[in-house]
Amino acid sequence: MLELEEKRLTIAADGVHAWRHKDLLDTDTLSREDIDLVMSQADAMTEIRTRPVGKVATLRGITVVTLFYEQSTRTRASFEVAAKAMGADVVNLSATGSSVEKGESLIDTVRTLEAIGADVVVMRHGKSGAPYLAARYTKSSIINGGDGRHAHPTQALLDLYTMRQHFGDLAGRRVVIVGDVMHSRVARSNIYTLLASGADVTLCGPATLVPRTLESGGEGPRCRVSTNLDEAIEGADVVMALRIQKERQEGGLIPSLRDYIAGYQVNARRLARAKPGALVMHPGPKNEGVELAPDVADGVGSVIEEQVTNGVAVRMAVLYLIATARRP
Amino acid sequence: MTGELLLGSAEISRTVRRLAHEIIENNHGAEGLTLIGLLSRGYPLAQRLGAAIEEFESAKVPVGRLDIGPYRDDVTLRPTAPLLRPSQIPGGIDGRTVVLVDDVLFTGRSIRAALDALNDFGRPARVRLAVLVDRGHRELPIRPDFVGKNIPTGLVQHVRVRFQETDGEEGVFIVGSEAARA
Repeated sequence: MLELEEKRLTIAADGVHAWRHKDLLDTDTLSREDIDLVMSQADAMTEIRTRPVGKVATLRGITVVTLFYEQSTRTRASFEVAAKAMGADVVNLSATGSSVEKGESLIDTVRTLEAIGADVVVMRHGKSGAPYLAARYTKSSIINGGDGRHAHPTQALLDLYTMRQHFGDLAGRRVVIVGDVMHSRVARSNIYTLLASGADVTLCGPATLVPRTLESGGEGPRCRVSTNLDEAIEGADVVMALRIQKERQEGGLIPSLRDYIAGYQVNARRLARAKPGALVMHPGPKNEGVELAPDVADGVGSVIEEQVTNGVAVRMAVLYLIATARRP
Repeated sequence: MTGELLLGSAEISRTVRRLAHEIIENNHGAEGLTLIGLLSRGYPLAQRLGAAIEEFESAKVPVGRLDIGPYRDDVTLRPTAPLLRPSQIPGGIDGRTVVLVDDVLFTGRSIRAALDALNDFGRPARVRLAVLVDRGHRELPIRPDFVGKNIPTGLVQHVRVRFQETDGEEGVFIVGSEAARA
């Protein structure tokens, strides 16, 4: 970690950071340098979290609003803990049960939040693209906490951070993402950061859940598609299982959970085909005994709890960079 | 580095050894000492002081590094913000005699931030301050306990310390209006 950190310090030799993004809507707007910057700042935040007093007052005077139109445990709690650990004030808003859905009402909501004094709005919405709409109509910074099946940038960044803690450089590493890729904002945001970091990605699942269009060819790191987990997992450095999203299944895409488990559950037999010491990841929440066999979920390669812990540090880093972005 | 050379490599080395002696004398030995260098250039200075104290007293002194970035009072006020770096303080600071080490003492705001940071690491028995250069112009009621060299400066001038470890060259330089120097 130390050696990487020294290298990263060259990003800004004058001791200041060069982050310029007002919003974080997806990972695909981030340069390789931006990604490295988030990783280096997350290192600093990880250290802060280990102190007897695991919080600082750096963002005092900054107001962070979490605006969630969809349910969430870890993302919302993680952002709240992260914002408080940076010294910001946090206001939590839920739209559950309200008639607010999209369009003008969303615009009104973010404009109201801006008028109240929200510097940063962390937003989760069931409709893909909703945070983009919000960002166009407010001067508050928008951080996408997950929009429909489109993107979940902080999840991808915390996944990347977790992998880099174990492997350092990801160049040439093989990552298998298995499950319901089609409905997964986690997968989509991960594909970009992983390819940008030089890793090879294999998307694996039933043909109905893994769109061939995500395949990429050409030079450099590649994204492949496979319907055979036993083959795809061969020699993998990381196996990331995605949640079967019952709420986003339009029906008929998988014959039954039993068939899914037979073909695509990550179990000990399949994991044995991966590289020794391969990491097992899951963005949570798990369907117990579906995506991962219980002994694998709690096994030696499992870094699921590390993902959650790292999520706080990575979100502290993102909040810090967004709140202190260079003004034009 | 362009500018007027105030201290060369040999002088820096002598100054560091004198400061190490002063710290030992003040502390009646090396017992209970923890040196904490402020990043970036306070850290190599703290390492050199630690090595000198070890040489004189045959006792190992923990040397840590501290990033004051999160504790600066202007982070959300300025157009640019600091790149944050992990701090590392071996053995903790509870009950220790902490010597904060920095290259240049100027307004005192960095030291104010460092004292805030120490609160989050524990409760030291006492805190001292060692600097290579005191250039004056304090904006806060802070004073150093151990000073390598007092260099009266004009506000328009800058004092630049360069260490082999961080900069690949060695020296203390003054840059800016030459006439303003006392």
